[in-house]
Amino acid sequence: MEKSGDTDARESTRGAVSGPDTCVVIPMFNESGVITDVVRAVRARFDHVICVDDGSRDDCGALARLAGAHVVRHPTNLGQGAALATGIRYAVDSLCAEYVVTFDADGQHDVNDAAAMVEVARDQGLQAVLGSRFLGDRDDVPATRRLVLKAAARFTRATTGLQVTDAHNGLRVLRRDAARQLQLRLHGMSHASEILSQIGRSGWSYAEHPVTISYTDYSRAKGQRSYNALNIAFDLAFNRLRAAS
Amino acid sequence: MIIKLLLISSLAVAALVLIRGKRSALSLLMRRSLTLGAIGCGVFAVLFPSTVTQVARAVGVGRGADLLLYALCVTFLFVSIALYLRLSEMHDRYVELARRQALLEAEILAERDRSRIVGA
Repeated sequence: MEKSGDTDARESTRGAVSGPDTCVVIPMFNESGVITDVVRAVRARFDHVICVDDGSRDDCGALARLAGAHVVRHPTNLGQGAALATGIRYAVDSLCAEYVVTFDADGQHDVNDAAAMVEVARDQGLQAVLGSRFLGDRDDVPATRRLVLKAAARFTRATTGLQVTDAHNGLRVLRRDAARQLQLRLHGMSHASEILSQIGRSGWSYAEHPVTISYTDYSRAKGQRSYNALNIAFDLAFNRLRAAS
Repeated sequence: MIIKLLLISSLAVAALVLIRGKRSALSLLMRRSLTLGAIGCGVFAVLFPSTVTQVARAVGVGRGADLLLYALCVTFLFVSIALYLRLSEMHDRYVELARRQALLEAEILAERDRSRIVGA
């Protein structure tokens, strides 16, 4: 049964499987409702999918495994940033990945965007390719979310010097050397901005790539509250002050 | 007033510790000697309560009890900051430990899967 679903997913996609040297890392926490479909969709384009189960209470780890993903299971809930770091380390150390793609578990990303971003990284020899929901033509970002994200992007441009239009997009591609160097110290939800500030500090070559985000009721419910942006700003400021000393 | 100077400078040091605090042999020595000092001052204040009021007057505070309250506030702040720093450091270690465990488990499972396929 699982086999046939896999073949269906493979047949339904237009493009070919992206290079075998690419790993997709999906941090997940209680995602049993959607994870099977997400993993199958990603497996249609990528050979290696790593799901990091961040101490979920449901059976999403087993489901992801059945759907063909490598599963790394945190013994307790450590935070999304920590899960991402675990997955990246597994991809780089255990699977010797050349490119690591980070992908959200709630199904809001398009796997074709991910494949296109890997191609961009490969063709242009970039160390990082960042997804931006504001570069594409289709744009159905909810109004409050848009306001917060635009402010966050402005904040990121001002503090890191990076020319980015989206500060909190879960879809990104990191080349092996960048992924190895990446050190996430903020284990919670501030890692997206932390990654951007590391790109700025380390001077990695990067580009943004337009991506579409599907805002489903599920992803909306799983998403962060807008006021968490202030927590993130606080985390970043504090982290920077401590790092500077 | 001397007390204003003392309080402002302690608050400034607290902010500095929050930003730059690192666990070092010097900070350990500071913590230990401050604790010993606090115990010593406490015993002295219990034995000679009037000296607290005298000290308070000398630094520009009306009553000894007020001086005690100020000292308590500053101490509480320092203790909170020290605990916060210690906890976040321990959290970092705990995350790394849990991560190593998770990765090891994943490697073992992957190995087991491989050997099963070979065995079949």
